[in-house]
Amino acid sequence: MNILDIIGPVMVGPSSSHTAGAVRIGLVAGKLLAEPIKEAQIHLHGSFWATGSGHGTDRAIVAGLLGLAVDDARIPHSFELADEAGMKFSFDHVELVDAHPNTVKLNLTGVNGSVLEVVAASIGGGRIRVCEIDGLPANFEGDYPTLIVRNIDQPGHVMEVTAMLGHKGVNIATLQLFRQSRGGQAAMVIECDQEVPAESIKWLSRQEGIVKVTYLSQAQRED
Amino acid sequence: MYKSLEEIAQVSKQKNIPFWQVILEDDCKERMVSPEQSKKELMAMYQAMKEADAAYDAKQKSRSGMVGGNGQLFHDAVVSGKTICGPVIASAIEKALKMGESNACMKRIVAAPTAGACGVVPAVYLTLQEQRQIDDERMLEAMYIASGVGGVIANRAFLAGAAGGCQAEIGSASSMAAAGAVYLAGGDTEAIIHAAAMAMKNLLGLACDPVAGLVEVPCVKRNVVGAVNALSAADMALAGVRSIIPPDEVFDAMRSVGISLPEAIRETGKGGLAATTTGQKIAQGLQHE
Repeated sequence: MNILDIIGPVMVGPSSSHTAGAVRIGLVAGKLLAEPIKEAQIHLHGSFWATGSGHGTDRAIVAGLLGLAVDDARIPHSFELADEAGMKFSFDHVELVDAHPNTVKLNLTGVNGSVLEVVAASIGGGRIRVCEIDGLPANFEGDYPTLIVRNIDQPGHVMEVTAMLGHKGVNIATLQLFRQSRGGQAAMVIECDQEVPAESIKWLSRQEGIVKVTYLSQAQRED
Repeated sequence: MYKSLEEIAQVSKQKNIPFWQVILEDDCKERMVSPEQSKKELMAMYQAMKEADAAYDAKQKSRSGMVGGNGQLFHDAVVSGKTICGPVIASAIEKALKMGESNACMKRIVAAPTAGACGVVPAVYLTLQEQRQIDDERMLEAMYIASGVGGVIANRAFLAGAAGGCQAEIGSASSMAAAGAVYLAGGDTEAIIHAAAMAMKNLLGLACDPVAGLVEVPCVKRNVVGAVNALSAADMALAGVRSIIPPDEVFDAMRSVGISLPEAIRETGKGGLAATTTGQKIAQGLQHE
């Protein structure tokens, strides 16, 4: 937290958690998919479902998926913008286990056929936490360039990824490991201090035992 | 960010720099930015507050239909000389209503510290700037004071209604605004921190009980009480009135009160005004929409 979390963000109302946080979830999920969205299934949990409509949570998530920032005055009109952009979207209710009251599960399909499932929560003051990616746990707030590597649970992958980052001069801020089962699928969530070069991500996704590489860039963010 | 107002006051004394500058230097260190960059970013927040105030639209209505038009109604009353309060308080009331309504109507606002409480700091600051012809540079210094106070509250207690009730949102905003108002009126460090303490003390225990769970009723009008309370706390502090309980301990009390509040009055929309016959009727009506 810093002073711009205390005073700020500049945002479209009415609620930092139900509106600004919802936009940010859409924005981060859209960046993770890394291509324009063709279809978004939006499953709302808890308070997002109960009071989301009055808070504009639905319009906020769609706005974020379209790439709008939290202070974009077009947020209230995001449904119309989605129609113009040819992005299909639907809403329904979901009850997730042990989830934060302001949680949404997104199933996204991109125009080039990529698919992504993201579970994320709005945790207050416009801050968010990505809780799950493609069914495996994740735990990051989306403030850093974040690399998510899904791999087969076998020796050497962590070294492979961290050596590549070291070689490219990318410092690791945090590193988390998750796995479904021994020898099954595993995931690394790595928050970095610098951007990971696009060609390195491409290289990584071609390595044996690497199932999928997802990346959250902060590059487009204005400062 | 600092964990205590007492500490900020001490650093200010030791280094012989103003209270606001302690917060600026801390921000530069924490975010690794230059003073110019830090000032530019916080000034952008202040300018956004001004723009939001100017962008008020009397015809706007919230999606539920509960909120809209009262800012204009109040403005008309002020212009026609119908109000009891003097120009400073009247302006603060009008601006707080307008900003709260704009927020409920999905307009662009500055969360300070939250969207629900976004009207308090600008109502006090913009009013003082207009009424006393204060330059932007000094307003920016007051913005540092507000964010420093908010930072201490965030560290010792909370800023979200879901965590600590409305005292955590409107109470914190009021405390932040009171401290800055004292500075803008020429008060010293002691008066600044005691204004923050008194403003918070007077709102301890405030429930977060929004009708239908929306940031509309009673949130918009609570921004008014936050702003007016900030001005009265500031005036007391400027007159030499001091809080018997030190500011940091007041924030600790806010935390303990917040933790003791039943869940029904912590933004769940289940207790207080939300649970009244009318509140429930409104909530049901919205569900059937």
